[in-house]
Amino acid sequence: MSAVSPMAAMPLDIDRVRGDFPALHQQVHGNPLAYLDNAATTQKPRRVIEAISHYYEHDNANVHRGVHALSIRATAAFESARERVRAHLNASSEREIVFVRGATEAINLVAQSYGRACIGADDEILITEMEHHSNIVPWQMLCEQTGAQLRVVPINDAGELVPGAFEDLLGERTRLVAISHCSNALGTINPVREMITRAHAAGAKVLLDGAQAAAHLAVDVQALDCDFYALSGHKLYGPTGIGVLWARGELLDAMPPWQGGGEMIRQVSFEKSVYAPPPARFEAGTPNIAGAIGLAAALDYLDALGLANIAAHEQGLLAYATDRAAATPGMRIIGTAAHKASILSFELEGIHPHDLGTIFDSEGVAIRAGHHCAMPVMKHFCVPATARASFGLYNTRDDVDALFRAVDRARDLFA
Amino acid sequence: MSDLRSLYEEVILDHNRNPRNYLHKPEGANHHAYGFNPLCGDEFTIHLTLKDGVITDVGFEGAGCAISTASASLMTEAIKGMSVAEADALFRSVHNLLTHEGEAGDIGKLQVLSGVHEYPARVKCATLAWHTLNAALHNDKETVTTE
Ligand SMILES: Cc1ncc(COP(=O)(O)O)c(C=O)c1O
Repeated sequence: MSAVSPMAAMPLDIDRVRGDFPALHQQVHGNPLAYLDNAATTQKPRRVIEAISHYYEHDNANVHRGVHALSIRATAAFESARERVRAHLNASSEREIVFVRGATEAINLVAQSYGRACIGADDEILITEMEHHSNIVPWQMLCEQTGAQLRVVPINDAGELVPGAFEDLLGERTRLVAISHCSNALGTINPVREMITRAHAAGAKVLLDGAQAAAHLAVDVQALDCDFYALSGHKLYGPTGIGVLWARGELLDAMPPWQGGGEMIRQVSFEKSVYAPPPARFEAGTPNIAGAIGLAAALDYLDALGLANIAAHEQGLLAYATDRAAATPGMRIIGTAAHKASILSFELEGIHPHDLGTIFDSEGVAIRAGHHCAMPVMKHFCVPATARASFGLYNTRDDVDALFRAVDRARDLFA
Repeated sequence: MSDLRSLYEEVILDHNRNPRNYLHKPEGANHHAYGFNPLCGDEFTIHLTLKDGVITDVGFEGAGCAISTASASLMTEAIKGMSVAEADALFRSVHNLLTHEGEAGDIGKLQVLSGVHEYPARVKCATLAWHTLNAALHNDKETVTTE
């Protein structure tokens, strides 16, 4: 994978790492759990769970509103979580970090605030055929509201963007390019750096959906030079219900609020309200304080292990699983891009993915079976659904072996 | 889990491999319905010939998992020749068999679907064809979903 740093990666101390995740140590239907559904959500390390408990046990109070000790502590913890996210993404200012519910909300925020203000009837929004529904539907809604057109970069049978198609579709009407940094259904890592350069040359802004990518590679928003970056805490070993929109400061400064309420105003009267500057302008209402604190703890955890080391570990598992898949009769991998994250989508001849999901579960192997909120990808590959095993930092070759034992079990049962 | 076999009974695997009345378009079909499970992508269309209140022929098309396919196949076998009232009663019995909301009674071969109850995530697979049948018989909806 391109993201692995040229420096030799340090192998993870996998026993210690696994010891950090309480949920991994359980039996499911009499078998040790092999948790291979990390693209849906990841398990949480103890330090994330403890950070959340600590907050509720000691510091719980509303933020930015009280002069009492707990409120001051809660506010400090919440704002230092923002700084933690800034550092992780190498953003230039913590004013560029907006806390949201997750990647979905981040994308909707951009569509409804930036989009409604800056995208008009003659404009085009460019997405790709591999997008998650959350990077399709908000743009369709915006197109309905503004009359803008949605254009779609096609994929090839490896699950990569068709070479040249992006350049062909990018035009002077393109106002915004919204693409996944990494596809959840296929694992494809898109060549976003080059695409951003081209988009900017054409005068378009770029939003990266980093919901998957952020768990597998170090994200540096300044080096990427994108305009918006969306991510979800729960796919990053953090809690659910918290996510981040990073956006360039000058874009955020010019964007109107999208929800009204407390926190997002400077002054309210019945004649007129004056909005607060970013990021508060985009954080109406009491935020997910514990979530932000938990996310910061997750980033501490990830950065201590090192994303390059994590990526190297996961790539080893992906290569091993891919080899085993190639040696399994009737197994077809869906998504064979040259640059992939540790996601193995597949079908097994004669057995529906939904049946695989149940059979695997009986072996303690947790995978996802379905359309992965990417129905256009399913249509491209002419399948109703796929089975998907996705590997995280705590998975081992034993987990991969359990997966293929479950595959054998399914083939025996359906023989 | 040893009781995986109670879900994937031999009869179910057989009906999945060789679904009965599959891709069969009944002569004079006059009732149709489309059923879809958006969660897993299972979809079936059912075609019925209803003459004087009796189902004289039935066929189905579409694609789904083993449970939904076998349930559809077994259903078409069971309802051929039944009156609408009998098919309605069978629909309720199968529903009870799968959900334990009431007595299923003696439902013959369809008893093989009883193992599905232990797999809550799969109950919707087994009921899809039946809800579609219900819509076809009573023409109440164009598209049925089991969500
Ligand atoms: C590529 C991608 N984008 C967006 C999302 C949406 O994330 P969330 O549901 O956390 O908002 C997901 C989650 O499945 C995803 O995989």
